[in-house]
Amino acid sequence: MDKISRRSFFKAAGAAAASTAVEAYGLTPDKNVAPSQNSSAHTTYTFFNAAEVALIAAAVERLIPADENGPGALDAGVPSYIDKQLSGAWGAGERLYRSGPWHSGTPSQGYQLPFTPAELFRNALRGINENLSRAGKAAFAKLSAQDQDAYLKSLQSGNIDLAGVPSKVFFESLLGLTIEGFFSDPVYGGNRDMTAWKMIGFPGAYAAYYHLVDQHGIAYNRPPMSLAEDGRGVIHIHSDIPATPSQGSK
Amino acid sequence: MATKLAEADAILIGVGLVGSMLGRELTRAGLKVVGRERGEPRFTVPDFQGPQMHDELRYSIRKALMQDNTKESVTFRNTIEQTALPIRRWESFLPGTGLGGAAVHWNGQTYRFQDSDFRLRTQVLERYGENFVGKDLTIQDWGVTAVDLERYYDRFEYLLGVSGKAGHVKGTKNAGGNPFEDTRSREYPTPPMKEPYGSAMFRKAADSLGYHPFPQPSAKLSQPYTNPEGLTMNTCMFCGYCERYGCEHYAKSSPQTVLLPVLLKDKNFTLRTQCQVLRINFDKTKKHATGVTYVDSAGREFEQPGRLIILGSFALNNVRMLLLSGIGLPYDPKTGKGVVGRNYAYQTMSGVQVFYDQKVNINPFMRSGANGTVIADFVSDNFDHGTHGFIGGAYIGEIMTNGRPIEFHPTPPGTPAWGAEWKKAVVRHYNHTCVLSIHGSSVANRKNYLDLDPTYKDAWGLPLLRTTFDFPENDLKMSAYVTQKALDIGKAMGGQQVAGSPRKGPYTITQYQTTHNTGGTVMGNEPATSVVNRYLQSWDVSNVFVIGASNFPQNASYNPTGTVGALAYWAADTIVKQYLKSPGPLVHV
Repeated sequence: MDKISRRSFFKAAGAAAASTAVEAYGLTPDKNVAPSQNSSAHTTYTFFNAAEVALIAAAVERLIPADENGPGALDAGVPSYIDKQLSGAWGAGERLYRSGPWHSGTPSQGYQLPFTPAELFRNALRGINENLSRAGKAAFAKLSAQDQDAYLKSLQSGNIDLAGVPSKVFFESLLGLTIEGFFSDPVYGGNRDMTAWKMIGFPGAYAAYYHLVDQHGIAYNRPPMSLAEDGRGVIHIHSDIPATPSQGSK
Repeated sequence: MATKLAEADAILIGVGLVGSMLGRELTRAGLKVVGRERGEPRFTVPDFQGPQMHDELRYSIRKALMQDNTKESVTFRNTIEQTALPIRRWESFLPGTGLGGAAVHWNGQTYRFQDSDFRLRTQVLERYGENFVGKDLTIQDWGVTAVDLERYYDRFEYLLGVSGKAGHVKGTKNAGGNPFEDTRSREYPTPPMKEPYGSAMFRKAADSLGYHPFPQPSAKLSQPYTNPEGLTMNTCMFCGYCERYGCEHYAKSSPQTVLLPVLLKDKNFTLRTQCQVLRINFDKTKKHATGVTYVDSAGREFEQPGRLIILGSFALNNVRMLLLSGIGLPYDPKTGKGVVGRNYAYQTMSGVQVFYDQKVNINPFMRSGANGTVIADFVSDNFDHGTHGFIGGAYIGEIMTNGRPIEFHPTPPGTPAWGAEWKKAVVRHYNHTCVLSIHGSSVANRKNYLDLDPTYKDAWGLPLLRTTFDFPENDLKMSAYVTQKALDIGKAMGGQQVAGSPRKGPYTITQYQTTHNTGGTVMGNEPATSVVNRYLQSWDVSNVFVIGASNFPQNASYNPTGTVGALAYWAADTIVKQYLKSPGPLVHV
């Protein structure tokens, strides 16, 4: 929770564990990126193929990079979170009204594409590879951090056709899922070790602040709680989510 | 072929807040009542328990308690010239479903509308003259007054155990309450909730500017309370998982906590869940309803005969049921004729953020759905509109409900939407930001209305409801004026930076604003401009009563549920005392 322990976390992580996550995805090691001991290298993916994982892993780390405040989206397990969302019911269009006819509509009418989230990602990722290769560029994961940022900005603001998916729509989905994975309960595979909650000071699933709410301005220092934690502080990730188990430290 | 069931004395379409209240009042009067609820049965134990209930992804983002778009959605367009398209996933508003309805996941902000809201047209004409109302505005009086409804508001507040401070009791003004409220018969059933830090800073700033801050009336209770039904509730724990969630603590007033345990034990009451009512049926005269046709969860069709029908579903669904059943003349925006679907209104929302120094810990996660401090100085007609050129208003309040970080991670204007700078700003501001809400009224106009969509269907093959809506110029002007007042209060709250902007058009379904959709089955004294009379009885089919925010001729500044509850008790009282003795039209014109 406090700044001192965050700094010591990075000191402890040290050079020995450096860049494992980055190298595991075939990414260019970036000396400015803080490494982590909790590499997501062991995560099993059920939706993305290897090339897709490399792209997603690189992209989410640009969206929420590691810095002096703590780990970024990659070490928080966000690629695993997105993978499980896309391979599950939500990715298949759960609660998504899917009858035609299909019209693009106005911006105020919201999402009007026939793609499920899973279809949208599959098409858009293929489209990005084609788009980069047509431009004579390397795969996204192999680009420098600056070039990755520039390409992400072109997706965000431009209207590049990614195998039928407007790049802006894909970018917004990716950013939305990245923020979800970063800040949702670790039971879903992201926010590993509640790292994002510790960073901002959100206590998670606790249920009672009645005795504190009128102690105005109080510094709340209790470690956060996951809804899947047992009495020893081990987070039990749902059996449908074959992501790396938590180290269980609070 | 539908299976025909035994006749009931009364049928409830929807067992949410209105259905539970009417079910209780009608069984108490000796009627055999069947409740048909489309969603699932659910109860505080085991369905709302922690820690599983404290899951922002499942409940806030994936909207687990809301109506499933794949079964029933609505279509939307801003203007009549556009083609309406289905809302494929909810965002701007979130219709609930299931036993207890939206009163399971509501925040519990429990206000009374003011007398000037009920007589809006008269009030505006009297005070500002004929020319003040724009010609497209179709605002009108409700046919009831604050005096008519006072005892029903009172009864509803005591059912819920609302925590608050009265500002006006038996003609005497009390310091610390809402000085603009109409006189009430007694104090709130429980005292106000504790005041969080940001709300306290708002109170001080509003005071310093000469406004009149008061604690928001809350159906999240400040202390244990036993209601007139004999049901006991607990103290709210400020857990920060309120709107979009069920309450594990028995601290939120909902049908599950204030009524259903009594109603479900009544031998005169039968609850059937997962029953989708398709239509209300009639006899040959078309003036008398004979019952409803519904489909159960296994797809079997039933005909449920009944002598009295209470349509008490969500506002939009009340309108759709009348249109699907052919009750009342559908509104036509081209001619202005017709009533069903007319005067669809919403709520005009905006926000202001106050960014503090890092020394100031706001602790946004220590909050409750209806806590906080508000001012009503810019509500309704509580200020002179003469020079402003708009009608209506808004309350301003520091009424933050949570610090759940997927949705709440405020950053100052100019911060990029992602990347290193975004992350630094999120960490810097998360625990050091207050948000003020500006909760504004919504006028009715000629162009905003509801009808059946010509193209898109629900899972039962029936047309979806089509919404045509954009913010009237009047409301954008109102928002600009009151949001500036909120910015001024924000500046007086001692932050380092204040940001915020008024509501701007066009209305979009891509951004959550509020679920306060109103109108479409408007109440009133004239059949030419209302669907139900002042007792909420259909003008066309006298054994059908339609109850909900769909009765509002236009929407006021305050949250609607207190008024829905008061109207439900008002209608129930009339049904029991007058209608049952002599069934037939209660108002003759």
